[in-house]
Amino acid sequence: MGFYFAQFLTGLASASALFLVASGLSIIFGVTRIVNFAHGSLYMVGAYLAYSVVNWLPHGVFGFWAAVVIAALAVGVLGAVVEFVLLRHLYRSPELFQLVATFGVVLVIQDAALAIWGPEDIVGPRAPGLDSVVRIFGEPIPEYDLALIVIGPTVLLAVWLVLNRTRWGTLVLAATQDREMAAALGINQTLLFTSVFFLGAFLAGLGGALQIPRETISLLMDLNVIAEAFVVVVIGGMGSVPGAFLAAAIIGELNAFGVLVFPQVTIVLAFLVMAVVLVLRPQGLLGRPEIHAHAPAHVREAPLQPFGHRQRLAVATVIVLLAALPMVAGDFTLVLATDILVFAVFAASLQFIMGTGGMVSFGHAAYFGLGAYGAALVVKHLGGGMVSGLVAAPLAAGLGALLFGWFCVRLSGVYLAMLTLAAAQIVWATAFQWQEVTGGDDGILGVWPPGWLADRTAYYYLALVVCCGAILALRRIVYAPFGYVLRGGRDAPLRMAAIGIDLRRHQWFAFVIAGVFAGIAGGIYVYSKGSVFPDELAIPRSVNGLIMVLFGGIQTILGPIVGALTFTVLEDQLSRLEYWRAILGAVILFVVLIAPQGIVGGLARLADAVTDRSMREAER
Amino acid sequence: MSVLQVTGLAKSFGGLKAVDDVSFAVEPGELLAVIGPNGAGKTTCFNMISGQLRADAGTVRFDGTDISRWPARKIWRLGVGRTFQITATAPSMTVRENVQLALLSHHRKSSNLWRPATTMYQDEADRLLDRVGMVEQAARAAGVLAYGDLKRLELAIALAHAPKLLLLDEPTAGMAPGERTNLMALIANIVADEVISVLFTEHDMDSVFGHADRILVLNRGQVLAEGSVDEVRNDARVRAVYLGGGGTYGGSAPNA
Repeated sequence: MGFYFAQFLTGLASASALFLVASGLSIIFGVTRIVNFAHGSLYMVGAYLAYSVVNWLPHGVFGFWAAVVIAALAVGVLGAVVEFVLLRHLYRSPELFQLVATFGVVLVIQDAALAIWGPEDIVGPRAPGLDSVVRIFGEPIPEYDLALIVIGPTVLLAVWLVLNRTRWGTLVLAATQDREMAAALGINQTLLFTSVFFLGAFLAGLGGALQIPRETISLLMDLNVIAEAFVVVVIGGMGSVPGAFLAAAIIGELNAFGVLVFPQVTIVLAFLVMAVVLVLRPQGLLGRPEIHAHAPAHVREAPLQPFGHRQRLAVATVIVLLAALPMVAGDFTLVLATDILVFAVFAASLQFIMGTGGMVSFGHAAYFGLGAYGAALVVKHLGGGMVSGLVAAPLAAGLGALLFGWFCVRLSGVYLAMLTLAAAQIVWATAFQWQEVTGGDDGILGVWPPGWLADRTAYYYLALVVCCGAILALRRIVYAPFGYVLRGGRDAPLRMAAIGIDLRRHQWFAFVIAGVFAGIAGGIYVYSKGSVFPDELAIPRSVNGLIMVLFGGIQTILGPIVGALTFTVLEDQLSRLEYWRAILGAVILFVVLIAPQGIVGGLARLADAVTDRSMREAER
Repeated sequence: MSVLQVTGLAKSFGGLKAVDDVSFAVEPGELLAVIGPNGAGKTTCFNMISGQLRADAGTVRFDGTDISRWPARKIWRLGVGRTFQITATAPSMTVRENVQLALLSHHRKSSNLWRPATTMYQDEADRLLDRVGMVEQAARAAGVLAYGDLKRLELAIALAHAPKLLLLDEPTAGMAPGERTNLMALIANIVADEVISVLFTEHDMDSVFGHADRILVLNRGQVLAEGSVDEVRNDARVRAVYLGGGGTYGGSAPNA
């Protein structure tokens, strides 16, 4: 009995920390509709800052709590600055831009923290006066845990009072419920949004600062907490602070007791609950359904043009040049080129679901990874050869997409995106924890092609044929009736039912197609590396895909290829530098702010401008 | 037998009865206008007939088949076409492609993954565009069209599967007076040529009185009057609704 009660209290204590992060995220999302990946980074900075300030202030009870508050306030200011400099310019952009931009911030903050606090994990100070345990039912409970259990509800009450008893809070709630109406009523949005970011970031910083006596401070805190914070925000209802509290308590207890009952599936549990909530009640436990379904923001797109002779010639030239590459390039370049081909297919499949299908996926790595694992598992457990592995790859990914897609197409916008994220995390957690089958963190090794393909050049040719074939096939689908139906559904969903089309079925099928092609990429990838690890299924892999699509330009079909090329080469070159993440993050932010049509889109616009001018000059 | 038979149709949003026990019928080849002040329930009625909304009560029969609970896409397959008050076309496609999309669905080719869509049913699409006078603009993006042209494109799309019944929700809204007259004449021609029945809502009384065979007047979700053009024109209750009087929405201008 005492043991279970102690476990219950531990659950509540972690729930408090989780609540602080998630409530900030939820408030920010509610008002600005931005899915802020950098929220975990703010939490991490809160922890590091509190550590530094504690050391700087005189030791003692006052010093500790003053440090916590100072750190939280500083993080609040940091959040406001990020909003002011960056996110303010993206409120009208598609979700992809916002998400990738906040991920750029993640990268920059990660390297800033590395530069300031170094790569070593830091053990924080204990809280003075709360550094021992009390016995409850004979079980030792850390005093600090009890303090956290009190702090969580106290903050909830304070935030609730601010939101419900002040004019500012009324404005925030109004904007959460109906942003357009709030704007129409003449509310100063600029100030409101910046202050909302301040509050949200303050709460994240507070959560991080309060964590230092419980958890070692490390550079992994940001992405570790963000996935769980998303879970809490979605379950509680995006924009609902009491919802975040309830959901944090549920997840805290689920983790505390899940360990006892199903030690093998603890990570999966939280994401499963998130997926179930999204399917049954997309607005979350305490969230309200949106009054206005906000029209998705689209980059203005011109009608598709079939390839003319010149373009066909250009494509043929590129393929011939790629085929000639092994004559001039060494093994190292061929490995890089193989990577580029693989990621071009991966990015093209993501562009297909997002650009053509209009469905934002935050978890496309799931299908890449399912393909890689599908092939690897066939080799490991069935002793299959490469052909069966390369067949299993798209099959596994397609089946995964068939299952998850059925649920995903029932949602739209950011809820759909969140469900794709949950699906990817479920697959990732399964691969991570199902040691016996997937090898867990150690991955699966020894997935090599047969002897006649072991040579780098030979394998490069296999990759070239498969990947070029896959991209051309995808392009063919985009130009076929199916692709037109998808675009029609994205642009005018109401019209589709009124011309007899079952849009949902087509979107489901599109999900499967995107999954199959990502799986093909995963299959080619695993045989080129010889191994697969859970990282291939994790959030950064999904985000890399998004960055490639963004680099290439979301509305161009050839964009993803250029995006994959740029990103892979950039990453390869930068990762030799010490602070490569910060540079990559800066490049991402640059593209989002300066060239939102991506490289291909930007060049196309430039070409249009030049032709226009030369035509005008010719007319003179 | 009536093409469309609506009986006791009702729909509430929250406490508001948007449509309250509405019954009427449309005969083959008939042009029936539905008029009424804003909020009278015209669009809600349309959405229930074409399956965009599910009725709380009542039945809708099309050619004798009870379609009250059918999804929109099945109702379309049966031969009911419609246009929307706020146009619903794909801005990133050309005018012709928008029509081709409807034709692809009609010929059940919407899942084809291989043939280039723009090469399919081109002539058929151009014939439809020609009917509504849009063929010169076939290659333009729908996103850059003037509003009146979008309305005509919607009409071409709605005609793609040779429907027996056409629901037109304010087909001439946003058009200049001359354009209006032309489009209404066009619609009247199509009805005469192909024995289509048309149910349309309209705020422009010249269009209504000039072309409708019969008129149905809705007010606050209920049928206020139904009859020939002359009967409705002389109905005292209709006059009260439109010219202002007790117990109505208070003199909202007919083409507000």
